[in-house]
Amino acid sequence: MTRYSALSVFRHALSGNRTWGRAWRDPDPKPYYDVVIVGGGGHGLATAYYLAKEHGITNVAIVEKGWLGGGNTGRNTTIVRSNYMMPGNTMFYERSMQLWENLSQDLNYNVMISQRGQYNLCHSPGQMDAARRRGNIMRANGIDAELFDRAEVQRRLPYLDYSEKARFPIHGAIYQSRAGTARHDAVAWGFARGADRHGVDILQRREVTGYLFDGGKIVGVQTNRGDIRAGKVALCVAGHSGHLTQMAGLRLPIETHCLQAFVTEPYKPLVDTVISFGAAHFYVSQSDKGGLVLGGDLDMYNSYAQRGGLPVVEHTLASAKALMPCVSRLKLLRHWAGVMDMSMDGSPFITRTPVEGLYLNGGWNYGGFKATPASGWCFAWTIAKDEPHEDNAEFTLDRFERGYQIDEKGVGPQTNAH
Amino acid sequence: MRRLQKGGRIDRSKPLNVSFEGDKLPAFQGDTLASAMLAAGVSLAGRSFKYHRPRGIYSAGVEEPGALVHLREDDRHEPNVRATTAEAFDGLTATAQNAWPSLTFDVGAVNNWFSPFLSAGFYYKTFVGPFKHSTKFWMMCETFIRRAAGMGRAKYLADPDSYEKRNAFCDVLVIGGGAAGLSAALAAGRAGAQVILVEQDFELGGAILSDPAESESDQWLTKVRTELENMDNVRILIRTTAFGAYDGDTYGLIERVCDHVKAPENHQVRQRYWLVHARRAVMATGAIERPLVFGSNDKPGVMLAGSARTYLNRFAVLAGQNVIVTTNNNSAYSVAADLARSGATVTVADLRAQVSACVQQIATDAGATVLVGHGVLEAKGGRKVAAAEVVPVDSSGRATGNGKTLKADLIAVSGGWAPAVHLWSQRFQKPVYKEEGACFVPLQDDGHTLRSAGISNAASDLEDVISQGFALGTQSAGETGADGDIGLCPEAFTTGPFWQQGMSPVWAVFNTNGSPQGKAFVDFQHDVKISDVDQAHLEGYISVEHLKRYTTTGMATDQGKLSNVNALARMAELRRQSIPEVGTTTFRPPFTPVSMGSIVGQEHGRHFRPTRLSPIHQWHQENGALMTEAGAWMRPWYYPQTGEGLQDAYVREAAHVREHVGMIDVSTLGKIAVQGPDAAEFLNRIYVNGWKTLAVGRLRYGAMLREDGFVMDDGATARLGENDYFMSTTTANAAKVLAFAEHLLQTAWKDLKVHVTTVTDQWAAIAVAGPKSRALLTEVTGTDLSRETVPNNHFTHAEIGGVGVRIHRMSYSGELAYEVYIPAGYGRHVWETLYTAGSPFELRPYGTEAMGALRIEKGHIAGPEIEGRTTLRDLGLEGFASSKKPFVGSILCKRPVLEEASRPILVGLEIEGATGAKAGSILFPNVGETKGHGDGWVSSTTYSPALGKNIALGLLKNGKFRAGETIRVVNFVGNETLRAKVVSPHFFDPEGERQNG
Amino acid sequence: MIRINCPVCGLRNETEFTYGADATVSRPAMDENEMKPWLDYVFNRTNPRGWHKEYWHHVQGCRQWLVLERNTLTHEIGACELAREVTE
Repeated sequence: MTRYSALSVFRHALSGNRTWGRAWRDPDPKPYYDVVIVGGGGHGLATAYYLAKEHGITNVAIVEKGWLGGGNTGRNTTIVRSNYMMPGNTMFYERSMQLWENLSQDLNYNVMISQRGQYNLCHSPGQMDAARRRGNIMRANGIDAELFDRAEVQRRLPYLDYSEKARFPIHGAIYQSRAGTARHDAVAWGFARGADRHGVDILQRREVTGYLFDGGKIVGVQTNRGDIRAGKVALCVAGHSGHLTQMAGLRLPIETHCLQAFVTEPYKPLVDTVISFGAAHFYVSQSDKGGLVLGGDLDMYNSYAQRGGLPVVEHTLASAKALMPCVSRLKLLRHWAGVMDMSMDGSPFITRTPVEGLYLNGGWNYGGFKATPASGWCFAWTIAKDEPHEDNAEFTLDRFERGYQIDEKGVGPQTNAH
Repeated sequence: MRRLQKGGRIDRSKPLNVSFEGDKLPAFQGDTLASAMLAAGVSLAGRSFKYHRPRGIYSAGVEEPGALVHLREDDRHEPNVRATTAEAFDGLTATAQNAWPSLTFDVGAVNNWFSPFLSAGFYYKTFVGPFKHSTKFWMMCETFIRRAAGMGRAKYLADPDSYEKRNAFCDVLVIGGGAAGLSAALAAGRAGAQVILVEQDFELGGAILSDPAESESDQWLTKVRTELENMDNVRILIRTTAFGAYDGDTYGLIERVCDHVKAPENHQVRQRYWLVHARRAVMATGAIERPLVFGSNDKPGVMLAGSARTYLNRFAVLAGQNVIVTTNNNSAYSVAADLARSGATVTVADLRAQVSACVQQIATDAGATVLVGHGVLEAKGGRKVAAAEVVPVDSSGRATGNGKTLKADLIAVSGGWAPAVHLWSQRFQKPVYKEEGACFVPLQDDGHTLRSAGISNAASDLEDVISQGFALGTQSAGETGADGDIGLCPEAFTTGPFWQQGMSPVWAVFNTNGSPQGKAFVDFQHDVKISDVDQAHLEGYISVEHLKRYTTTGMATDQGKLSNVNALARMAELRRQSIPEVGTTTFRPPFTPVSMGSIVGQEHGRHFRPTRLSPIHQWHQENGALMTEAGAWMRPWYYPQTGEGLQDAYVREAAHVREHVGMIDVSTLGKIAVQGPDAAEFLNRIYVNGWKTLAVGRLRYGAMLREDGFVMDDGATARLGENDYFMSTTTANAAKVLAFAEHLLQTAWKDLKVHVTTVTDQWAAIAVAGPKSRALLTEVTGTDLSRETVPNNHFTHAEIGGVGVRIHRMSYSGELAYEVYIPAGYGRHVWETLYTAGSPFELRPYGTEAMGALRIEKGHIAGPEIEGRTTLRDLGLEGFASSKKPFVGSILCKRPVLEEASRPILVGLEIEGATGAKAGSILFPNVGETKGHGDGWVSSTTYSPALGKNIALGLLKNGKFRAGETIRVVNFVGNETLRAKVVSPHFFDPEGERQNG
Repeated sequence: MIRINCPVCGLRNETEFTYGADATVSRPAMDENEMKPWLDYVFNRTNPRGWHKEYWHHVQGCRQWLVLERNTLTHEIGACELAREVTE
């Protein structure tokens, strides 16, 4: 396989770009794999990559019903950050951040990590206090965080609304300089290429329709194109976790909801960081192509439709204009939606399940993208060693029974409120 | 000057002042910016995204990929405006974008030379840099890439224009005002249905407007339009785009009310967003012409054939003198004929091996030359087309021999037409491929409320277009119950070949080696070439989604309106599959980009969210209060005296309350009337403490849990009568508590005879607190409020200023205190009456900051402590919970982790030194590392005037056993470490002598 | 824009309502002392792909809780009745 570099691009250009090899193979499935990963999104591909790279487990297949990276990996707003406060979350997301920082080098694939910083704006003294608590926890755990007052935010982001007219005045912001964005598709492709290089079989357009059981133990998957036997079956199908665990007889503390994302026409650089509004569920960044990427709140009702409604379009754009009045004459180019595993405490699962042979990675709410490398890394660990790493030790299904809810927002067991 | 002396639909009596790049253009009313540019001979309109190649005007509509400009100036500046849809107006100024230093000399064009190195996905393979664990190298590269990318330049200026949203309902929404849509509207209108007809153009007519003026089609149009305009039940919206089809049969429209004038006048809105609820919708959106792929097919001077005809017949602009019309279908013959008749030298290069004589005759009769079995291999020229290399081709578009170079300043291309299925596909699913016609069409399903007619449904000829429209209009109206006499379907008019009659599915021309000659583009804005598609295929990016994302084809501002089908066709060929097997990417709203301000309407600035105001709000403002947001409410934060800041003011206000008497507006508290014979049982279930014994005339503090056992809210509830309770909640949780109560009563507890309703807005409330509060209220009311008559946690009725009020004796501040409940309309009156009467008692108003100080001194919890993750025990409230009865959360609050002894619990902190702690600081033992999550955190802080020191509330692990211990309070983000002594949270008057006195 | 046919108020836009929760789980009796039924009620969901019964609250209307049948794949709306009139 070609190692990518400026030199290889140059060399191939000289031969008219007609000699590039495939980024990953399109193999026929083997009858048996040590691990079958269901779901060829970022998390599944990362899991396969780290299983091979960190644990030497290479007899691995990824079974994907559509095309790899075609789910939430390819439809999110690409933000990466590690500003989590709750024990159980903080260090997991920081592991992810550290993996991001070397991911392009590790994968030999530029996933375009742009550490352009992220501001979480505060609009009341109470929000400033909450932000301070978060920032302090981050700093106490070795994660960068700064708390800015209104004047400093205005100096850095002069284009926000500081006028008398602002309904929710900006009191300040908590800032993480190492946060930023990544190129979402490239993350899937980079992990796919990396996993393939280690011998992992990526089986696209193959949908899992059930499991093979031996007694109570899962020993493989049934697909629309034949059965595949497996030592372990690992689910990485956030958005559809409930559907796939139900086939194994499990009910989860998860509901599936639809989250919309928006992009404007491309403009010359306008916003050079990531800004989260504190008065409504809204955030904005600008892609390298120049489109403003906007994220808003859930559509609020359970949905698998990958299609959002107008009320959230209205809310999101109103938030954009409330925050940045200058966007008014800019134009929305496209809006779409992805389906999320919304868990009952807003935090994920990376865990063995009560069904032997079945492993679950899901419940990512709307925070799955930033978690991709650590999710794969920790899930690989959990699958390989049959026990969690300390960074995902709390991401179990029994935490609700124990009372260990990891509730960053403190809103309780209401999936659409997280 | 390419404007013809006569013809067209422009109004030559109304010349307009229009400029592009500072050059005046010869424009008339009825022009677009693009037609005016063409009339002036402007060939270079913009630059492409990646290689900054010159771009001309490629189309005459919304699909335009190249002629994107900056429109207007200063705060009305708008980037990425398609010159092809921008109506000319007097005073129009447009400038070029994505070019530096100028449109003609653009430094970015250097990318073009390096294009072999900038092939599909090159950036994924480079720019990583030599350093491990660092993103710096890439970020440096990114800075340059970002500057080169983007299209127009946006400004940081607020928009001076206003917008509005309008809801509308109709039986039949007809989208598209061409022949099909007009016929549909006509039928539905005659049937008596309520119809809304929308057309994105500034005139009705659709493709008819591209026919020569005053032809038979015009008479048809005039007749139908006149009839429609005279129907009261038909609303016609021109300059209106249906941008999205959504669930619930709702459609989003944007009406561009004032974009065709320099600035909105007479308080007009710039744009209006319509949210239309339509029982049925007819999609008559026509089709978009497909480009052909050949070398340098992006050069200015290459244009869609149909668009060349539009410029000629609608705008009286002859876009070229020496024209090559190249096509794979019959529609271009009308183009060739009309151009030739207008004086151009026209050669038709038809890719098809056979073309019927009568079709050829259309062109030859007008003086054009026809070359059958020929295509354009390459456009030649510098910044614009100067010639075309025309070659003989086989049925796959491959050259079979040497060609000849023909002089040309316009190459008009037609690769057939792609039905505009966008809206249907947004709502339902991916369209289906129709082999006959080689295009994607909506699935015919009578169950759908949105259906397609005419060319967007691949109708076969004009008669079919009209009859489909008329039939679907009739059917749609009928389904809504409108069954009036629809009369006869309008007859078709005479027209030339149109649509893609006779199309042969070949879209690209290759040289004899089977390769494109030079750079052959599928996506004109994003510079995606055939070779990029080929490379994506080589590398395994073969699904349509991968192809799109890897090459960026179809991701430009036209969202693939021109590029998608040709990229798909190429990928299908490479994969040796059919186009339907390869599939399409997903169509997403909006159909064309919509300005964000239009969707926002009036909900910006102050009106972004509603503001709730207390009935006493005005007084606070008039008396100098600084207000603060509390959720949707505005509350007085503090009342500064001259020169006072927050700190001085709240300390003064709080001290005053402890010494004299103060009053605070607490109207924002949630108030819920709980009524019915089972009200006590309801309270017993929803609160953790018992309610069965509360006597009429008394009130009681209560705490409630969420279903999962964490504390949700607290407040006092009074028993007003036998079956009548008055519950108060915190300001923040009022709505949540009410909805929760309603849910329980209407689902699980249907057996309880209880009604709950909000009375928050019905009552104003004033807390009067301080040692002199009893004396003050006694004097004002003339009512006995003695300790014996109204002990703490009792209420009584009284009158203040002639208004009947209810006085609850209860204390949040820890002082002798009362809450006065007043019918809302009299809130200010009672406040002012109290204020006047209070002057001998030194009554002063106080704000929320002083209230916070007072409650912290007392160790009372509030929002920072009830933060959704704390239990009764954590907050020191476990004593309230009844062990004799179940209550909401009573089982789940016993989960093991919630009962762990080491959990952080509420403590008081006395801060050492002169500096107060900051809420959100982390608590650590006095020695050891300050790492991890610490032993707890500071939730609320204040300077305590009563104690003369800085105090705080916090949650501390094992807090119960750490009284007297010195701990560290670390505020990392403020670079400050303080020390504090752990004490009881009840700092002040722990026995409650003052409040009970 | 989902449209809900409130039995009290008629056909209204979704913006008048708030989505509540899964209506297929039922709250254990008040005196249920076991942990398991409460855990199931509060946390665990079937989360179907397809038809779903769910609570909606007409907060900006009659303030009634409704049980609505809705398809989570297509957003089609089925029957809607007052929660208090649903018999289990």
